[in-house]
Amino acid sequence: MSEQKEPRVGLVLVSHSSQVAAAVAQMVSGLVGTGGSVPVAAAGGAPDGGLGTDADAIREAALSVDEGAGVLLLADLGSAVLTVRALLAEDELPKDSELLDAPFVEGAVAAVVSASAGADRAAVAAAARDAYEYRKV
Amino acid sequence: MNAAADAVDREADRLTELDSPIGDADHGTNLRRGFTAVRQGLRDDQPSGPGPVLLLSGRLLVSKVGGASGPLYGTLLRRAGKALGDESAADGRQVAAALRIGVEAVAQLGGAVEGDKTMLDALFPALTALEEALESGEDLADALAAAGRAAAEGAAATVPLRARRGRASYLGERSVGHEDPGAASSVLLVTALAEAVGAGE
Repeated sequence: MSEQKEPRVGLVLVSHSSQVAAAVAQMVSGLVGTGGSVPVAAAGGAPDGGLGTDADAIREAALSVDEGAGVLLLADLGSAVLTVRALLAEDELPKDSELLDAPFVEGAVAAVVSASAGADRAAVAAAARDAYEYRKV
Repeated sequence: MNAAADAVDREADRLTELDSPIGDADHGTNLRRGFTAVRQGLRDDQPSGPGPVLLLSGRLLVSKVGGASGPLYGTLLRRAGKALGDESAADGRQVAAALRIGVEAVAQLGGAVEGDKTMLDALFPALTALEEALESGEDLADALAAAGRAAAEGAAATVPLRARRGRASYLGERSVGHEDPGAASSVLLVTALAEAVGAGE
């Protein structure tokens, strides 16, 4: 009998820049160590590869990290946030998808640490949101 | 929609110019990419009736624009399209009601209100003018023409405002003195709709 894998909360990183999205995805996996067990996908840049937001890429990324425990999306600015909100409003993302209200890098680390410990979607979202509470000065 | 795509093609450079002092200088390029996809999509799929045309156009704008105007205009058209349903034609009252639903969805999505120096500063006055003109018995073409004029006045009135949404909001006082590019593109779209209806399309 093969061991049943527990579904994890998935995370999608939506940035205006493909490099930023990919680098933050790589950074969280590196920092978390066990981060490899949490599905993380990057959806950065515009449809033409420049700076901006690609709704189709976001949709595909969300599908790719959906294991059935929910999908959290973390966006950086303007069109990234608005596009995720528009996709959610039109029911174009997997069931139990949610836009995180969290800082991009810190929120991503908090989310993946928490998800890798097996937290559910609400707990992962709360951990990401709490990253706002960490003051730097 | 083709009239809108033509207007965007014609004015893309001006929109991008408006977007360079206070934005990221891509508004015209982004909208051109979106409306090129809309033109192509309508040719390929040939949806019939105003509702399905708006739904498809809105979906393509969300997918292809790449900037904030994509989800905003996309939401406007999709909500308006949904409100119109599958009917093969719409009268003035139905058009106005659908546009109000669309514009209010935009306001909700962006969390903006009139006076924030956004496209809403053109869209809300246009909507009010449209509704008032229809109320006083004008036909849809004339009412939309009035809406186009009101949108233009609304866009011009964004010049002295300080931006409170989008990239321009980071500029604070330095956003004052420039016309909002989103309000300018809204004028184009409302005017294109007025021209298309005026021409009997």
